[in-house]
Amino acid sequence: MLIKSTEIIDTFAEAFGMWGSRVIVTGETPKWAMAAARSMTGFATSVIGCKCEAGIEGLLTEDETPDGRPGVSILLFAGSAKGLANRLVERVGQCVMTCPTTACFNGLEVEETVNVGGKLRYFGDGYQSSKLLGDQRLWRIPVMEGEFFVEESFGIQKAVGGGNFLVLGEDLNITLAAVEAAVEAMQLPGVILPFPDGVVRSGSKPGSKYKALPASTNDAYCPSLRGRAPRTELPEEVTCVLEIVIDGLDETAVKEAMRVGIMAAAREGIRQITAGNYGGNLGQYHLQLHELLRG
Amino acid sequence: MKLSLHTLPTVPLEAEVICPDKFIGNSLDAISAMTVMHGNQACSLADFFTLTDDGLETIEVDGDLSKVKLIGSEMTQGKIIIKGSVGAHLGALMTGGEILVTGNAEDWVGREISGGRIVIKGDAGHLVGSGVRGSDTGIQGGEIIIHGNAKNEVGNGMRRGLIVIGGNSGDFTGVNMKAGTIMVLGQLGQRPGASMVRGTIFSTQSAQLLPTFTYNTTYKPTFLKRYLIYIKKLGFTIDDAYLNGKYQSWSGDSLELNKGEILLFAE
Repeated sequence: MLIKSTEIIDTFAEAFGMWGSRVIVTGETPKWAMAAARSMTGFATSVIGCKCEAGIEGLLTEDETPDGRPGVSILLFAGSAKGLANRLVERVGQCVMTCPTTACFNGLEVEETVNVGGKLRYFGDGYQSSKLLGDQRLWRIPVMEGEFFVEESFGIQKAVGGGNFLVLGEDLNITLAAVEAAVEAMQLPGVILPFPDGVVRSGSKPGSKYKALPASTNDAYCPSLRGRAPRTELPEEVTCVLEIVIDGLDETAVKEAMRVGIMAAAREGIRQITAGNYGGNLGQYHLQLHELLRG
Repeated sequence: MKLSLHTLPTVPLEAEVICPDKFIGNSLDAISAMTVMHGNQACSLADFFTLTDDGLETIEVDGDLSKVKLIGSEMTQGKIIIKGSVGAHLGALMTGGEILVTGNAEDWVGREISGGRIVIKGDAGHLVGSGVRGSDTGIQGGEIIIHGNAKNEVGNGMRRGLIVIGGNSGDFTGVNMKAGTIMVLGQLGQRPGASMVRGTIFSTQSAQLLPTFTYNTTYKPTFLKRYLIYIKKLGFTIDDAYLNGKYQSWSGDSLELNKGEILLFAE
């Protein structure tokens, strides 16, 4: 399949089942809401090294947030429900509660929930108080600037992590321009791109010659290893490969993000777009590139 | 089901049978024959009301019901609409459903409820959301929304839930309060929060507080904006000044646990 002059390889992205949550952070000004959001989504690129994957889903206006202040919507994913619960407590506690003026609300109305505010409340040392508004239990934790207002329970649901595609370009600048355009197009509800500004250069393969490592550099896609690695997947003209990884609250959202991203990335100078998989033996989702592009 | 008052009671009429839980599964004849107490005299519902089965689950009642007590008592589900004013003990012990009154209500609106929502478009009498005399616990959940004024002892002994007064409240608002939230968009009467243990009383106006309350600070409580947005959606007009303003925070009653708070609009 060709999009413009870019060949789309007939392969699939191998994605995994994860657990996902949506956190709404608000602040007195957009700056402080974003400060907390950046902090909360920091060091959250890959579950392999960070225990979770997180990113900013979008900005929210005053009309879209529970407390009528500017906000940011964050998606956070982990490999298990318990792991996600732990990461939420850690990150809301360390990154949102600490940030001036912020409040934190659940953004996912689903049946299954985990306790977040109900655990953080103990920071109040007995001065905390709760409020029940409708069915929503909220905690007020006194802090030096005023009080941190946080919802007790956050919804979690099964989600999809590790959707991906690789952009194989003729040089660095062309490839950067292609992935930047893709990332811009992929700002959609229900998905995040957990790597720095949405892009990863250190794509990995499972395993390593070093036994302690669960993953190592994807040598078949490293241009500098073309002559040394046991095999290469790179056409001769390709000098740069960048990958975009997508986590989403469901498979449909991930596929749609991949579709618009690939469409935006395809251009002159991008020789191929392909996807990372492990032979189909590890992940439960096989996101076929040709199929999702045909709609 | 539609009920229209055709005979004014001369003494209070105890009509706890006017409740979705009591009507469900009964024929029009059976409902018409349900017992109401007119003073100490047992009568049938049809002795005072004309009943029409319109096939809807909502109960609609009209007429001057200011002497009709206990409508919606122990209600768990459904909806009652009262077109006009209503008597005392409306929705007593209610746990679910909704009651809407287009006029005024007498004393004891939502006495000891633990769920559901009662909305009074006009004024309410004394002891909104309170416990009966001798009980130390008022409402334990649910919402009581009064668009007009309310008289004394709003939320006496309140343990949980939300009471909103769109106008002014009388004396001893939140007296003996254990927890929960009382929001008064007008003026609080005298001695608000007397003997309160926990909970929040809020007013958009300044108030004379008891000496057993201590000033904390003037700040913007985030949770309050959440509440104001919530009640705005219930039909109240909330000025931006209140949404974005600062509030004086007072702790009390220090004769009790001193864990209650009164928030008064400052600027």
